[in-house]
Amino acid sequence: MIALSSSPAAAPRRQIFVGTAIACAAAASLFGGMLALFLRMRDAGIKANGLWVPKGVVVPMVPANIMLLSLIPTGVFAQWAVYSAKRDDKQHTGVALALVGMMGLLFINAQAYIYSQMKLPANGGTYNSMFYTLTGVLVAAAIAGVVFSAVTAFRYLGGRTTDREVVSAHALYWYVLSAAYVLLWFVVYVTK
Amino acid sequence: MSTIDSHASSAPASSGAGFACIADWVGTTDHKRLGRLYLGASAVLFVTSAVAAILLGVERISPTKEWLDVGSLTQLFAFERFGFTYLVLLPLLVGAAIAVVPLQVGARALALPRLAAAGFWLWLIGAGLAVFALINNGGPNGGNPRFVDLFILSAVLVLVGLLASAGSVATTILTTRAPGMNMRRVPYFTWSVLVASLCLVIALPVLTGDLLYLYAAHHYPSLGELAGNRALAQWAGFGFTQPTTLVLAIPALGLLADTAATASGERLRPRGPILLAIALGGVAVFGSVLQTSPGLDAGVFHIAVSDLIKQLIPFGIVQGLPVIGIFAVFAFSVQGLGRRPKVTAPLVFGLFSVLLLLEAATANLVAHIGDAQLAGTTFEEGAWLLVVLAGVVAAAGAVAYWGPKWWGRTLPDKPALGLALVLFGGAQLAALPLLIAGFADQIGGVFPAIEPGNAASAVNFSYSGPMELWNSLSAVGLGLTLVAVLAFLALAVRSFLTGAAAGDDPWNGQTLEWATTSPAPADNFAAVHIVKSAEPLLDLKPSTRSDA
Repeated sequence: MIALSSSPAAAPRRQIFVGTAIACAAAASLFGGMLALFLRMRDAGIKANGLWVPKGVVVPMVPANIMLLSLIPTGVFAQWAVYSAKRDDKQHTGVALALVGMMGLLFINAQAYIYSQMKLPANGGTYNSMFYTLTGVLVAAAIAGVVFSAVTAFRYLGGRTTDREVVSAHALYWYVLSAAYVLLWFVVYVTK
Repeated sequence: MSTIDSHASSAPASSGAGFACIADWVGTTDHKRLGRLYLGASAVLFVTSAVAAILLGVERISPTKEWLDVGSLTQLFAFERFGFTYLVLLPLLVGAAIAVVPLQVGARALALPRLAAAGFWLWLIGAGLAVFALINNGGPNGGNPRFVDLFILSAVLVLVGLLASAGSVATTILTTRAPGMNMRRVPYFTWSVLVASLCLVIALPVLTGDLLYLYAAHHYPSLGELAGNRALAQWAGFGFTQPTTLVLAIPALGLLADTAATASGERLRPRGPILLAIALGGVAVFGSVLQTSPGLDAGVFHIAVSDLIKQLIPFGIVQGLPVIGIFAVFAFSVQGLGRRPKVTAPLVFGLFSVLLLLEAATANLVAHIGDAQLAGTTFEEGAWLLVVLAGVVAAAGAVAYWGPKWWGRTLPDKPALGLALVLFGGAQLAALPLLIAGFADQIGGVFPAIEPGNAASAVNFSYSGPMELWNSLSAVGLGLTLVAVLAFLALAVRSFLTGAAAGDDPWNGQTLEWATTSPAPADNFAAVHIVKSAEPLLDLKPSTRSDA
């Protein structure tokens, strides 16, 4: 057996944060690819038929804009949680995480409202199926974000106050989700 | 002594009979067990996929004698392509990576082990559902819409599972390296796994997104470019062909570099260029990101220079750089072997796998030159098969090399060497005739759509040469490959059950995995090693050349 010099166990190198960063890279790749295909099909649809959004379909901008605006406080609250966790401020960390979760629920609710207002049949054509898939994946990511907020809060409030990297990872997740929505908002709701 | 001797005592309690033992394996987060689960399941799926490929090969021998109906033929194409790529090639190498990487970086466990375990089970469930859907005429171009839906969703499960496991491995490399092991000091195999994992993180989600679109368009049927079950090949085909598949086999480069260094008994140099060459293999991932494969149009050499350059740059980057990278790893490794290398089975497996990969990358380069007129022919299929078999050979090499760390016993070298030769010969015989038939314009495709009553369209030649020869040779080659893999599995099982006990360092290795016991204990290392070079064990045994 080989005898190498040894040292005490090294401090963990932010496994959850790095793992979350890798997951965020995958999510960015997923949304990037889906948006690229959406743009490509939109271009092809306009060239072939002169229109992309089916006639008579009105895309409600108000809830879409509210979703966009809701992401600003979400980012602020997520960073507030990081700030408070670094100062061992359990109370403020808990409040901030709860607010992030609530903003996430608001985000999901607004998207559901858009679906109910548009009354778009899923089998109505390429736009319809792509719209539901793209926005649906984002809603799924938001649901995962709310679960992440809840798990982070339970861990932190349950006493694992040294797990600050989880709070940072949670913030990173919401930042990436926000960036993805900004792109989606511009492509799907603004330029349609 | 810095390492521990825990052959029996510190291993997890797996000796319990029946249900307890199964539960132990099902709930495991031990990376060595997870890796073996991946390898074992992939080996079983290799056998089923190879049988499908052989049936397809036999059917394609003669365009006039049809013994399979259109549905079966269509699903055999899908089974071969999907099975070999995502149920065999990628999980084999992910499994080897999970089992080896923590040992190589001096970690006691995998980072995020429950994520890796969840990834394995997701992949396995997805694989089972995909096979079930394919059997029920539900794959791409299948005639059963409900099972087509099931196939697409199961493919998503497969991809998500593999992505989770790859993410866990990448996190392990980035966060759990031993003190002193900076990124320039990681073992070559670990580096190649990192490159491949990060490429997968970029590539697989793009494919997943396309599959989700296709599922929605298929499940809620309507007219449109994404609708219908034939859109799979058009929109998701990039994930099942080159250059994307080249990325999946990158760990083969690391295996060769590590085994070559061990065989030479010296440090494999130049280290920086070898690391760079491995990374160049990953450039192929841009083919995935672009969701297309840049090529040179027919007649490109007769157009204006500025237009030529516009095509040459993406073509050179995506198709050319991987060839250079793979060739450089091969050349540096062979050069590093020196004059008196210790020829072992793992080294030969490594050499053969990278040779196959080099052939595949070169064939892929040629296939994308428009003037060669090879698009849509079996030439592309031959190149893809070379990548798959390169991965299979590399996985066999990984089992032969690192098996002692998982089971504590060694494979007999001479029979393994013989099987390496048979496997390599079978791979050549399976793929090269397809390349030749491609030049003869035999139709090929990712998931070819075969018209009812026209099954011969998938096997037709458009020339008057030996029509049946190439397909016969390819089918024989696939059969030979299957026999070699089965023989290797039998040899491995027999050796690891009753073979000679391996020493802790049976190959005179250079990297950290050889500093612990064989088999490695549950937590790999008793102490955290300090690393001062890329070959920490070699620092302690300077006279290894004479030992070799």
